[in-house]
Amino acid sequence: MDLIDFGLIVLRVVATFALLLIVTPLNIWAERKLLADMQNRVGPDRAGPWGLLQSFADAIKLFFKEQVLPTKAEKWMFLLAPVFAVVPAFLLFMVVPWGAPLTFTIDGVERVVPLQGTDLNVGVLFVLAMSSMAVYAVVLAGWSSGSKYPLLGGVRATAQAISYEAALGLAIVAVVLYSSTAGDSGGGTLSLAGIVERQSGTLEAVLPQFGAITQFIPRWNLIPQFVAFVIFVIAAIAETNRAPFDLVEAEQELVGGFHTEYSGSKFLLFFLAEYVNIFSMSALAATLFLGGWNGPTFDSILPGFLSAAMPTVWLLIKTYVIVFVFIWVRATLPRMRYDQLMTLGWKRLIPGALGWLIVSALVIGIRRFGLPFV
Amino acid sequence: MSQYFQEYITVGAFAAVGVLLVLAILGVASVIRPSNPTPAKKLTYECGVDPVGSGWSQTYVRYYIFGLLFVIFDVEAVFIFPWAIHAEALGIGGVIAIVLFMLTLVEGLVYAIKKGVLAWE
Repeated sequence: MDLIDFGLIVLRVVATFALLLIVTPLNIWAERKLLADMQNRVGPDRAGPWGLLQSFADAIKLFFKEQVLPTKAEKWMFLLAPVFAVVPAFLLFMVVPWGAPLTFTIDGVERVVPLQGTDLNVGVLFVLAMSSMAVYAVVLAGWSSGSKYPLLGGVRATAQAISYEAALGLAIVAVVLYSSTAGDSGGGTLSLAGIVERQSGTLEAVLPQFGAITQFIPRWNLIPQFVAFVIFVIAAIAETNRAPFDLVEAEQELVGGFHTEYSGSKFLLFFLAEYVNIFSMSALAATLFLGGWNGPTFDSILPGFLSAAMPTVWLLIKTYVIVFVFIWVRATLPRMRYDQLMTLGWKRLIPGALGWLIVSALVIGIRRFGLPFV
Repeated sequence: MSQYFQEYITVGAFAAVGVLLVLAILGVASVIRPSNPTPAKKLTYECGVDPVGSGWSQTYVRYYIFGLLFVIFDVEAVFIFPWAIHAEALGIGGVIAIVLFMLTLVEGLVYAIKKGVLAWE
């Protein structure tokens, strides 16, 4: 590793952070605007054109607000909880590839720069680890506040997170299994860049028996793994504590839930973490199921730098489709009751995911290796 | 330095930048915000009424049994992920073995549901 390699690492880290910090205020604005449209309201429209600067105005306001540290709170845990919320949210996005690798020639040495925080060979496991880290923030915040409702929010968060994490993991296993055995893949991988690579091209490569139409269908995991996709999205909504699974901050029963006692910039951090999580989870769904940055780059008609940026544009479009679903679900469905939430998790999603995994394993096994003992 | 360490150095750098970002936000805010605490302000907010008793009231944590079940489903991933990666090399024997393993898990889950431990009594 020389100085240029080091510089490239720094650039990748900065670029990935910058991407998240640019899209998050826009996501908050988009959510408020879309919710307003769906509920026949106007939404934010004063700060900047179409209210675009509303999130920045809110952030600045929160910076200037006095912070209250309740006497009963456990001071250090109370301060540490927002850190635990923000850092895993950012780390979750780190392994998601957000563009095709670029090739530069610097000083005669050819360097390939993957547009991704870093391509860990255990990327999928890292994602699962980070998404379960997020629950510590909620539990610590709830417990350290020294207040009754946040504590209840924290307890709910634990049960909810462990229930849906199992379903999330099982849905991801099905994808890993599929992409490690699909056609010309050449062995399995847990790296997200590898999973994206295995989704390039068209469906013809894996299902040629369905005729000419397969030439026009992209080879996304969405099609063979649709059930896993549905389970993944439901579990992702629950993991990010979004409506209709936002029981940890149900305002009618728990005031503000785990962040009742938080104010000013510490509240801002929880808010930031929530929206970064939504974006990261959506980007992850796009990467695992919708082909990641794969898409036509229009090399022949667009100038070079634009066609080099097209993969990033494709990933953002796919990510925002999922983000839209998150917002749509919030506007449509009422909050679930706590026991209904648990029933959905343990009696529907987990058996469903396990069943789907068994079906996938059998179908893939018979297609690849034929029936045993024949 | 090997690729392996380079990747984890990036993870470390990312976490460090994240922590710095948080510290920067908290630091800037602590400089520009007013600080004027009074005993009434520092009272736990809870729901707007003066709090009664200790902040940590005893609650019945329902679904603690889920914690035990979760461990089973989490450990199971340790077995299924390596198989999923090497499914190609392990062939039909691997598929049969892992399907039997997963059916055992399903049986356990069905037993738990039938026993009623997942219900809100």
